[in-house]
Amino acid sequence: MRSLVTVLALGLAATPALALDLQKKCATCHALTGPAAATLSELKARTGPDLFYAGNKYRAEWLSSWLQKPTRIRPAGTYYEDHIKPGAKHDEIDASTLTPHVVLNQDDATAATKALMALKANAALIDDQPFKAGSSPMGEMSFDKFYGCMACHEIEPGYGGQSGPEVYTAGRRMTPQFMVSYITNPQAWNPKGLMPNKHVPEANIPKLVNYMLALAKEDWQ
Amino acid sequence: MKRLSTLILTLTVFAAPSFAAETAKDNYAAYCVQCHGLQGNGMGLNVRDMSVQPRDHTDAKAMSGRSDEELFKVIKEGGLAVSKSVLMPAWNDVLTDEDITNLVSHLRELCQCTYGK
Repeated sequence: MRSLVTVLALGLAATPALALDLQKKCATCHALTGPAAATLSELKARTGPDLFYAGNKYRAEWLSSWLQKPTRIRPAGTYYEDHIKPGAKHDEIDASTLTPHVVLNQDDATAATKALMALKANAALIDDQPFKAGSSPMGEMSFDKFYGCMACHEIEPGYGGQSGPEVYTAGRRMTPQFMVSYITNPQAWNPKGLMPNKHVPEANIPKLVNYMLALAKEDWQ
Repeated sequence: MKRLSTLILTLTVFAAPSFAAETAKDNYAAYCVQCHGLQGNGMGLNVRDMSVQPRDHTDAKAMSGRSDEELFKVIKEGGLAVSKSVLMPAWNDVLTDEDITNLVSHLRELCQCTYGK
Protein backbone atom coordinates (compact mmCIF):
# COMPACT_ATOMS: atom_id res chain seq x y z
CA MET A 1 0.00 0.00 0.00
CA ARG A 2 1.37 3.36 -0.96
CA SER A 3 1.55 5.85 1.83
CA LEU A 4 -0.63 8.91 1.69
CA VAL A 5 2.36 11.18 1.33
CA THR A 6 3.55 9.22 -1.69
CA VAL A 7 0.17 9.27 -3.32
CA LEU A 8 -0.30 12.93 -2.54
CA ALA A 9 3.10 13.67 -3.94
CA LEU A 10 2.16 11.83 -7.12
CA GLY A 11 -1.15 13.64 -7.32
CA LEU A 12 0.43 16.99 -6.68
CA ALA A 13 3.77 16.52 -8.37
CA ALA A 14 4.05 20.21 -9.14
CA THR A 15 3.65 21.15 -5.50
CA PRO A 16 5.12 18.37 -3.36
CA ALA A 17 5.54 20.72 -0.40
CA LEU A 18 1.82 21.30 -0.35
CA ALA A 19 1.25 17.55 -0.51
CA LEU A 20 3.46 17.01 2.50
CA ASP A 21 1.68 19.82 4.30
CA LEU A 22 -1.67 18.24 3.57
CA GLN A 23 -0.47 14.87 4.72
CA LYS A 24 0.74 16.36 7.99
CA LYS A 25 -2.55 18.16 8.47
CA CYS A 26 -4.51 14.94 8.07
CA ALA A 27 -2.18 12.90 10.26
CA THR A 28 -2.58 15.36 13.14
CA CYS A 29 -5.97 13.85 13.94
CA HIS A 30 -6.34 10.76 11.76
CA ALA A 31 -4.49 7.44 11.56
CA LEU A 32 -3.33 7.10 7.96
CA THR A 33 -1.71 3.75 8.62
CA GLY A 34 -3.02 0.80 10.60
CA PRO A 35 -3.61 -0.98 12.77
CA ALA A 36 -6.65 0.26 14.66
CA ALA A 37 -6.28 1.34 18.27
CA ALA A 38 -5.50 -1.59 20.58
CA THR A 39 -6.18 0.24 23.84
CA LEU A 40 -8.64 2.85 25.04
CA SER A 41 -5.84 5.37 25.51
CA GLU A 42 -4.84 4.86 21.88
CA LEU A 43 -8.47 5.21 20.84
CA LYS A 44 -8.89 8.47 22.75
CA ALA A 45 -5.69 9.87 21.26
CA ARG A 46 -7.19 9.64 17.77
CA THR A 47 -9.21 12.81 17.52
CA GLY A 48 -10.52 12.00 14.04
CA PRO A 49 -11.81 8.78 12.50
CA ASP A 50 -9.23 6.28 11.22
CA LEU A 51 -8.50 6.85 7.54
CA PHE A 52 -6.15 3.99 6.77
CA TYR A 53 -9.07 2.16 5.17
CA ALA A 54 -10.73 5.27 3.71
CA GLY A 55 -10.76 3.76 0.21
CA ASN A 56 -12.88 0.89 1.48
CA LYS A 57 -15.25 3.14 3.39
CA TYR A 58 -16.10 6.39 1.67
CA ARG A 59 -17.76 7.46 -1.54
CA ALA A 60 -15.16 9.54 -3.36
CA GLU A 61 -17.61 12.16 -4.61
CA TRP A 62 -18.91 12.78 -1.10
CA LEU A 63 -15.40 12.93 0.36
CA SER A 64 -14.22 15.57 -2.10
CA SER A 65 -17.33 17.66 -1.57
CA TRP A 66 -17.23 17.37 2.22
CA LEU A 67 -13.56 18.34 2.47
CA GLN A 68 -14.45 21.64 0.80
CA LYS A 69 -17.47 22.24 3.00
CA PRO A 70 -17.11 20.12 6.12
CA THR A 71 -20.01 19.75 8.54
CA ARG A 72 -20.12 17.93 11.86
CA ILE A 73 -21.04 14.27 11.41
CA ARG A 74 -20.48 13.17 14.99
CA PRO A 75 -22.53 15.48 17.21
CA ALA A 76 -20.27 14.91 20.21
CA GLY A 77 -16.98 14.67 18.33
CA THR A 78 -14.95 11.58 17.54
CA TYR A 79 -14.73 10.46 21.16
CA TYR A 80 -17.88 11.71 22.89
CA GLU A 81 -16.64 11.58 26.45
CA ASP A 82 -14.15 14.37 25.81
CA HIS A 83 -16.98 16.65 24.67
CA ILE A 84 -19.80 16.26 27.18
CA LYS A 85 -20.73 17.75 30.54
CA PRO A 86 -23.53 17.13 33.04
CA GLY A 87 -26.67 19.09 32.10
CA ALA A 88 -29.94 20.02 33.79
CA LYS A 89 -31.79 16.95 32.48
CA HIS A 90 -29.00 14.74 31.16
CA ASP A 91 -25.42 14.95 29.94
CA GLU A 92 -25.01 17.51 27.19
CA ILE A 93 -22.53 18.28 24.46
CA ASP A 94 -19.98 20.87 25.49
CA ALA A 95 -19.75 22.72 22.18
CA SER A 96 -16.85 24.84 23.42
CA THR A 97 -14.63 21.74 23.23
CA LEU A 98 -15.42 20.94 19.60
CA THR A 99 -13.26 22.24 16.81
CA PRO A 100 -14.32 22.44 13.15
CA HIS A 101 -12.62 20.37 10.47
CA VAL A 102 -10.09 22.14 8.29
CA VAL A 103 -11.51 23.40 4.97
CA LEU A 104 -9.67 22.42 1.77
CA ASN A 105 -9.81 24.24 -1.53
CA GLN A 106 -11.00 22.32 -4.58
CA ASP A 107 -7.54 21.27 -5.77
CA ASP A 108 -6.44 20.07 -2.36
CA ALA A 109 -9.75 18.29 -1.81
CA THR A 110 -9.38 16.49 -5.14
CA ALA A 111 -5.79 15.47 -4.35
CA ALA A 112 -6.63 14.40 -0.79
CA THR A 113 -9.61 12.39 -2.00
CA LYS A 114 -7.47 10.62 -4.58
CA ALA A 115 -4.88 9.83 -1.93
CA LEU A 116 -7.42 8.69 0.65
CA MET A 117 -9.29 6.50 -1.79
CA ALA A 118 -6.02 4.64 -2.42
CA LEU A 119 -5.89 3.58 1.25
CA LYS A 120 -7.46 0.16 1.02
CA ALA A 121 -6.66 -1.64 4.26
CA ASN A 122 -9.06 -4.35 5.44
CA ALA A 123 -10.11 -5.15 1.86
CA ALA A 124 -10.70 -8.76 2.92
CA LEU A 125 -13.58 -7.54 5.10
CA ILE A 126 -15.42 -6.05 2.14
CA ASP A 127 -17.70 -8.08 -0.11
CA ASP A 128 -16.44 -7.67 -3.65
CA GLN A 129 -19.92 -8.15 -5.05
CA PRO A 130 -22.04 -5.03 -5.64
CA PHE A 131 -24.67 -4.35 -3.00
CA LYS A 132 -28.15 -4.98 -4.31
CA ALA A 133 -30.07 -1.91 -3.21
CA GLY A 134 -33.74 -2.42 -2.62
CA SER A 135 -36.68 -1.36 -0.56
CA SER A 136 -36.35 -1.49 3.18
CA PRO A 137 -39.48 -3.06 4.62
CA MET A 138 -39.30 -2.79 8.38
CA GLY A 139 -35.97 -1.00 7.96
CA GLU A 140 -36.79 1.84 10.30
CA MET A 141 -38.49 -0.49 12.74
CA SER A 142 -35.42 -2.72 12.69
CA PHE A 143 -33.04 0.18 13.14
CA ASP A 144 -34.96 1.89 15.92
CA LYS A 145 -36.72 -0.89 17.78
CA PHE A 146 -35.37 -4.35 16.98
CA TYR A 147 -31.68 -3.50 17.21
CA GLY A 148 -31.79 -0.22 19.11
CA CYS A 149 -29.31 1.56 16.80
CA MET A 150 -31.11 4.85 17.35
CA ALA A 151 -29.95 4.83 20.95
CA CYS A 152 -26.57 6.13 19.78
CA HIS A 153 -27.28 7.51 16.30
CA GLU A 154 -29.45 10.38 15.10
CA ILE A 155 -31.86 9.28 12.36
CA GLU A 156 -32.75 12.86 11.55
CA PRO A 157 -31.23 16.15 12.64
CA GLY A 158 -31.83 16.53 16.37
CA TYR A 159 -33.50 13.15 16.87
CA GLY A 160 -31.72 10.08 18.23
CA GLY A 161 -28.57 9.36 20.17
CA GLN A 162 -25.56 11.62 19.92
CA SER A 163 -22.54 9.55 20.90
CA GLY A 164 -22.31 7.93 17.47
CA PRO A 165 -22.17 9.50 14.01
CA GLU A 166 -25.42 10.68 12.40
CA VAL A 167 -26.90 8.00 10.18
CA TYR A 168 -29.25 10.14 8.11
CA THR A 169 -26.30 11.01 5.89
CA ALA A 170 -24.54 7.63 6.18
CA GLY A 171 -25.75 6.49 2.76
CA ARG A 172 -24.22 9.56 1.14
CA ARG A 173 -20.90 9.19 2.89
CA MET A 174 -20.17 5.47 2.86
CA THR A 175 -20.43 2.60 0.45
CA PRO A 176 -23.14 0.05 1.19
CA GLN A 177 -20.51 -2.71 1.22
CA PHE A 178 -18.68 -0.93 4.03
CA MET A 179 -21.89 -0.46 6.02
CA VAL A 180 -22.70 -4.15 5.64
CA SER A 181 -19.23 -5.11 6.82
CA TYR A 182 -19.14 -2.70 9.74
CA ILE A 183 -22.56 -3.72 11.04
CA THR A 184 -21.61 -7.38 10.66
CA ASN A 185 -18.52 -7.00 12.82
CA PRO A 186 -17.60 -3.53 14.11
CA GLN A 187 -14.69 -4.95 16.10
CA ALA A 188 -13.03 -6.30 12.95
CA TRP A 189 -12.55 -2.65 11.94
CA ASN A 190 -12.10 -1.11 15.35
CA PRO A 191 -11.65 -3.57 18.24
CA LYS A 192 -11.88 -0.88 20.93
CA GLY A 193 -14.56 1.16 19.16
CA LEU A 194 -17.78 2.21 20.85
CA MET A 195 -20.19 0.40 18.55
CA PRO A 196 -21.22 -3.01 19.87
CA ASN A 197 -21.81 -6.00 17.65
CA LYS A 198 -25.58 -6.42 17.63
CA HIS A 199 -25.28 -9.79 15.90
CA VAL A 200 -27.82 -8.80 13.30
CA PRO A 201 -28.71 -11.89 11.25
CA GLU A 202 -27.07 -11.74 7.82
CA ALA A 203 -30.42 -11.63 6.08
CA ASN A 204 -31.47 -8.55 8.05
CA ILE A 205 -28.38 -6.42 7.47
CA PRO A 206 -29.49 -5.29 3.98
CA LYS A 207 -32.69 -3.96 5.56
CA LEU A 208 -30.66 -1.66 7.79
CA VAL A 209 -28.42 -0.57 4.93
CA ASN A 210 -31.35 0.02 2.58
CA TYR A 211 -32.99 2.07 5.30
CA MET A 212 -29.87 4.25 5.55
CA LEU A 213 -29.67 4.56 1.76
CA ALA A 214 -33.30 5.72 1.72
CA LEU A 215 -32.68 8.16 4.59
CA ALA A 216 -29.76 9.67 2.70
CA LYS A 217 -32.03 10.66 -0.18
CA GLU A 218 -34.09 12.98 1.98
CA ASP A 219 -33.44 16.67 1.85
CA TRP A 220 -31.42 17.16 5.03
CA GLN A 221 -29.78 20.55 5.38
CA MET B 1 20.84 -22.17 19.56
CA LYS B 2 21.08 -19.49 22.17
CA ARG B 3 21.02 -16.88 19.43
CA LEU B 4 17.87 -18.48 17.98
CA SER B 5 16.22 -18.49 21.40
CA THR B 6 17.09 -14.85 21.85
CA LEU B 7 15.66 -14.06 18.42
CA ILE B 8 12.44 -15.92 19.17
CA LEU B 9 12.14 -14.21 22.53
CA THR B 10 12.78 -10.83 20.94
CA LEU B 11 10.22 -11.45 18.21
CA THR B 12 7.70 -12.65 20.77
CA VAL B 13 8.16 -9.62 22.97
CA PHE B 14 8.00 -7.10 20.15
CA ALA B 15 5.49 -8.82 17.86
CA ALA B 16 2.87 -9.62 20.46
CA PRO B 17 -0.02 -7.14 20.35
CA SER B 18 -0.24 -5.11 23.51
CA PHE B 19 -3.65 -5.86 24.96
CA ALA B 20 -3.19 -4.03 28.19
CA ALA B 21 -6.09 -4.63 30.54
CA GLU B 22 -8.33 -1.60 30.86
CA THR B 23 -9.51 -0.43 34.26
CA ALA B 24 -13.20 -0.75 35.07
CA LYS B 25 -13.36 3.01 35.42
CA ASP B 26 -11.97 3.51 31.91
CA ASN B 27 -14.24 0.88 30.39
CA TYR B 28 -17.24 2.45 32.14
CA ALA B 29 -16.24 5.88 30.84
CA ALA B 30 -15.86 4.62 27.28
CA TYR B 31 -18.78 2.26 26.83
CA CYS B 32 -21.32 2.91 29.61
CA VAL B 33 -21.28 6.68 30.13
CA GLN B 34 -22.83 7.40 26.71
CA CYS B 35 -26.15 6.14 28.07
CA HIS B 36 -25.72 5.79 31.85
CA GLY B 37 -24.15 9.21 32.24
CA LEU B 38 -21.01 10.86 33.55
CA GLN B 39 -22.43 10.50 37.06
CA GLY B 40 -23.77 6.97 36.51
CA ASN B 41 -27.27 8.23 37.23
CA GLY B 42 -28.85 7.03 33.97
CA MET B 43 -28.84 10.54 32.51
CA GLY B 44 -26.35 10.01 29.70
CA LEU B 45 -25.88 11.94 26.48
CA ASN B 46 -28.09 9.54 24.54
CA VAL B 47 -31.20 9.46 26.75
CA ARG B 48 -33.07 12.38 25.15
CA ASP B 49 -34.99 10.29 22.62
CA MET B 50 -34.75 6.84 24.20
CA SER B 51 -37.97 4.87 24.63
CA VAL B 52 -36.59 3.13 27.73
CA GLN B 53 -34.43 5.03 30.18
CA PRO B 54 -31.08 3.52 31.17
CA ARG B 55 -30.59 2.16 34.68
CA ASP B 56 -29.53 4.64 37.36
CA HIS B 57 -26.42 2.96 38.74
CA THR B 58 -26.47 5.19 41.80
CA ASP B 59 -29.93 3.95 42.82
CA ALA B 60 -29.03 1.67 45.73
CA LYS B 61 -32.57 0.35 46.12
CA ALA B 62 -32.89 -0.79 42.50
CA MET B 63 -29.31 -1.96 42.17
CA SER B 64 -29.43 -4.01 45.38
CA GLY B 65 -32.22 -5.97 43.73
CA ARG B 66 -29.82 -7.26 41.09
CA SER B 67 -27.35 -10.02 41.86
CA ASP B 68 -23.78 -9.80 40.63
CA GLU B 69 -24.56 -12.70 38.28
CA GLU B 70 -27.47 -10.76 36.75
CA LEU B 71 -25.32 -7.67 36.30
CA PHE B 72 -22.59 -9.76 34.68
CA LYS B 73 -25.11 -11.38 32.36
CA VAL B 74 -26.73 -8.14 31.23
CA ILE B 75 -23.36 -6.54 30.45
CA LYS B 76 -22.09 -9.60 28.64
CA GLU B 77 -25.25 -10.68 26.81
CA GLY B 78 -27.34 -7.52 26.69
CA GLY B 79 -30.75 -6.45 27.96
CA LEU B 80 -32.75 -9.05 26.06
CA ALA B 81 -30.87 -11.84 27.86
CA VAL B 82 -32.50 -10.75 31.13
CA SER B 83 -35.86 -9.74 29.63
CA LYS B 84 -34.90 -6.08 29.60
CA SER B 85 -34.50 -3.53 26.82
CA VAL B 86 -32.75 -4.21 23.52
CA LEU B 87 -31.24 -0.76 23.93
CA MET B 88 -28.73 -2.30 26.34
CA PRO B 89 -26.36 -4.09 23.96
CA ALA B 90 -24.23 -7.18 24.62
CA TRP B 91 -20.65 -6.10 25.22
CA ASN B 92 -18.99 -9.51 25.01
CA ASP B 93 -17.31 -8.67 21.72
CA VAL B 94 -15.56 -5.69 23.30
CA LEU B 95 -15.07 -6.68 26.94
CA THR B 96 -13.48 -9.79 28.39
CA ASP B 97 -15.10 -11.73 31.24
CA GLU B 98 -12.49 -10.19 33.54
CA ASP B 99 -13.39 -6.70 32.30
CA ILE B 100 -17.06 -7.43 32.99
CA THR B 101 -16.38 -8.83 36.47
CA ASN B 102 -14.45 -5.66 37.26
CA LEU B 103 -17.31 -3.56 35.89
CA VAL B 104 -19.74 -5.32 38.23
CA SER B 105 -17.50 -4.32 41.13
CA HIS B 106 -17.46 -0.77 39.76
CA LEU B 107 -21.26 -0.76 39.70
CA ARG B 108 -21.31 -1.82 43.36
CA GLU B 109 -19.10 1.16 44.15
CA LEU B 110 -21.42 3.48 42.23
CA CYS B 111 -24.53 2.26 44.05
CA GLN B 112 -22.76 1.79 47.37
CA CYS B 113 -24.75 -1.38 47.70
CA THR B 114 -24.59 -5.16 47.54
CA TYR B 115 -27.19 -7.70 46.48
CA GLY B 116 -30.02 -7.72 48.97
CA LYS B 117 -28.71 -4.71 50.90
